[in-house]
Amino acid sequence: MPRAMEATSRTFVANARAGLQDADLQTSLARFQGGFQVKRVEAAKRLPEFEALRDEARAIKDHTLAHLDHYLERYEAQVTAAGGTVHWCQTPEDARQVILGLCQEAGAKTVTKSKSMIAEEMELNPFLEEHGIEPVETDLGEYVVQLADERPSHIIAPAVHKTRDQVADLFHEKHTPLGRTRRLERVEELVEEAREVLRPRYLAADVGITGANFLIAETGSSTIVTNEGNGDLTQILPRAHIVIATLEKVVPTLEDATTIMRVLARSATGQEFSTYTTVSTGPRRPDDADGPEAYHVVLLDNGRSRMLGSEFREVLRCIKCGACMNHCPVYGTVGGHAYGWVYPGPVGAVLTPNLIGLEEARHLPNASSFCGRCEEVCPMRIPLPGLMRKLREQEFERRLNPAAIRTGIGAWAWLVRRPALYRCLTGLGIRVLGAMGRRRGRFTKLPLASGWTAARDLPAPEGATFHALWRKGGRA
Amino acid sequence: MSAAGGRDAILGSIRRSLGRGPLDEAARAVLDERMAKPQPNLVPARTDIDQDEKVALFTSMAEAVFATVDRVSGPEAVPGAVADYLAQHNLPPALVMAPDPGLDAYPWADRPMLAIRRGRAEEADRVGVTGAVMGFAETGTLMMTSGPDHPSTLNFLPETHIVVLPAERIGGAYEEGWAHLRAEAGSDSDGGFMPRTVNLVTGPSRTADIEQTIALGAHGPRRLHILIVEGGES
Repeated sequence: MPRAMEATSRTFVANARAGLQDADLQTSLARFQGGFQVKRVEAAKRLPEFEALRDEARAIKDHTLAHLDHYLERYEAQVTAAGGTVHWCQTPEDARQVILGLCQEAGAKTVTKSKSMIAEEMELNPFLEEHGIEPVETDLGEYVVQLADERPSHIIAPAVHKTRDQVADLFHEKHTPLGRTRRLERVEELVEEAREVLRPRYLAADVGITGANFLIAETGSSTIVTNEGNGDLTQILPRAHIVIATLEKVVPTLEDATTIMRVLARSATGQEFSTYTTVSTGPRRPDDADGPEAYHVVLLDNGRSRMLGSEFREVLRCIKCGACMNHCPVYGTVGGHAYGWVYPGPVGAVLTPNLIGLEEARHLPNASSFCGRCEEVCPMRIPLPGLMRKLREQEFERRLNPAAIRTGIGAWAWLVRRPALYRCLTGLGIRVLGAMGRRRGRFTKLPLASGWTAARDLPAPEGATFHALWRKGGRA
Repeated sequence: MSAAGGRDAILGSIRRSLGRGPLDEAARAVLDERMAKPQPNLVPARTDIDQDEKVALFTSMAEAVFATVDRVSGPEAVPGAVADYLAQHNLPPALVMAPDPGLDAYPWADRPMLAIRRGRAEEADRVGVTGAVMGFAETGTLMMTSGPDHPSTLNFLPETHIVVLPAERIGGAYEEGWAHLRAEAGSDSDGGFMPRTVNLVTGPSRTADIEQTIALGAHGPRRLHILIVEGGES
C-alpha cells in the first residue's frame, strides 16, 4: 500500500479482499501470530502475579485519566525544571509546525527517528521531506517500510507483512547505489547490512525524534522501550532530542510506569522485559560528555481530550503493545494495511473511527467476529468488543450503513422481539432447509447466503432448532 | 496557534470531558502527595529471596536473553577476566572505559597489554567497559545512569559492552533502583533526582523484525558481557 495522506479505511472490504489474494502477505501472516501467542502465554505463566498486575495497570491508567489535567501540568513543570520544553499541540498540523520549527532552529538536514505511531498519525515523514529535511527511520521494521514507501502494518512489528525474500530484494535494490551489490539471503546478514548502513546516519543526524511509552509526571521524564537500541542512538547522538507523545501517555510516578512495564513486553512479544528501557529527563547536564543539548516534548491531543469525555474513554488506557492484533483472527487473515490508517486490528477498529470519523472508518468495528480474544489478552483490560459494538450502534443510529443492511437489521430486530413468532418461523425454516438438503447433506448455493456458500458448503440442518432442544432439556 | 493557546485549550478540553473545572486545593494535595512519596505497587514475589539466590537468578535471567555472565573471586581478578574475554572473542586488547572512579579500584596496570582510553565512546571504539549502578534479579537487568562518570554512548556505540558489577549491587526488583536514585539525591529533591538518562539494559541489542527471527546486534552492542565481582565493593 503506498504511503498517502488519505486514509483508505473506507475501502476496507476491497483492501481485505486484496490482502487475501496477496500470497506473500498470507505467507507472512501465517507465520507470525502463532509465535507471538505462544510466547505471551509462556511469559504470563512464568509470572504468577500477571493477572493481578493487569488489574493494577488498569487502575493506574484510570486514576491518571480521571486527573489528567493535574498530572500533565505537573509533568510540564518538571520537564521545564530539568531544562526541557513542552509544546502543547491540539492538531497534527500544530505538531508538524512545532517540529519543523525546532528542526530548522537546529539547522537540521537529517533527522533520525525511532518508531512512533504518533509520527505516523501526523504524517511527519512526508512533511519533513517537503521542507527539505530527510527523516531516517532507525527501527529495522520501520526502515524496511520506509525503503518500500509503505506504512507499518503492525504497531510493534511494522514490517510483519513482508517475507525475508521481499526484504532481501528491497535491500538489494535500495542498497546497490551505496555499493552493496550482493543480494543477501540470511536474516543475520540483512540485519548486519541495515546496521552498517544506518550507523553513519545516526552519527550525522542533527535531530533525533523518538516516541514515548510513558511520560512520568513525578520527574518530567519520557520513557521508551526498544529491543534494538535504535531509540537510544537516536536520542543521545544528535544535538536535539524531540519526544512526540499523546496526552494519555502520562503516569504519576516511576513506580506506576514500572508496574505497566511488567505487563507491556510480556503482552507484546512474550519477553520478560524489553532489552532497552530508557528514561530520559531534560537535555545533557553541564558535566556530561554526551547526550542532546536540547530536549523538547511535543504533546499532541488530536482528539484524545474529547475522547476522554466519551463512552470510548477506556481505549485511552491502551499502551500500544499489539497483543490484540497478535490474537485477532480478522487481522491474521487480512493483515494490517487493510484497516487503512495508522492503527490496525481491534484497537484500530475503536481508535480510527474516533480519530478520523466513523464516516471514514465505519467498516472497521464490523471487521470482528466478537470472539473476544482481544479483550482477553489486552493487558489494560480494554473491553474492545464492547466498544466496537457501541460504534456499530452509532453507525446504525447515524444511518451510515446501506439501506439494505438497515432494513435487514430492522426486520431481524422486529422478529426477535416476538419470541413466539420467532420460534415458529425458525422451526419452520429449519424443517424446510432440512428437507431440501436431506439428499446431499449440504448446500452449495442458497439465496441470501452467498457470502457463506461462495467459499464453502453450508451443512443442511438436522433435527430441531437449538431453542427447541434446549426446551426439551437436551442440554448435555 | 501559540503554545500557550494550545495549552489552555487542551487543559480546558480535558476538564470539560471530565465534567469539572480545575481541581481544588485539597484534591491537588492528595495527588501531589502520591508523587512526593511514591509507593511501590504490587512487586512480584520472584525476588523475595536471599542475596545468593538473587545473584543466581540475575545470572540465569541475563543468560536467557543472550548476555554472558562471568563471576570473579575479587577485584584483583577483573583486569585478567576482561583481557581473557577479549582474547577469546578475537577482539583487540583496546577498550574505552567509563571515567567512573569505581573502576579505578581494579588493578588495570597488571595487564599492560590492555590499551585503555577513558571517556565517551566514539565511532571507532569496538569495546566499552563500564560499571552499573545496580542489577535487578527480576529479569537480569542492569541499571546505568548517565553522568560525567558514565557517558551513555558507552552503552550503545561499541559492539561489545563489558559491565563490571560488584555482586552486592545485585538487587531484586526495579523499584529498588528508583528508591536508590531518590536516596542518592536526598529527600528534598522534589522529583529532580533523575540523571539525564537512566538505561535499563536486559541483554544485548536484538531484533525480530524480519520473519520473527531473532538476530543480535541490531544497532546496539552485539555482545553484553557481565563480570560479577565477589569479595565486597573495592
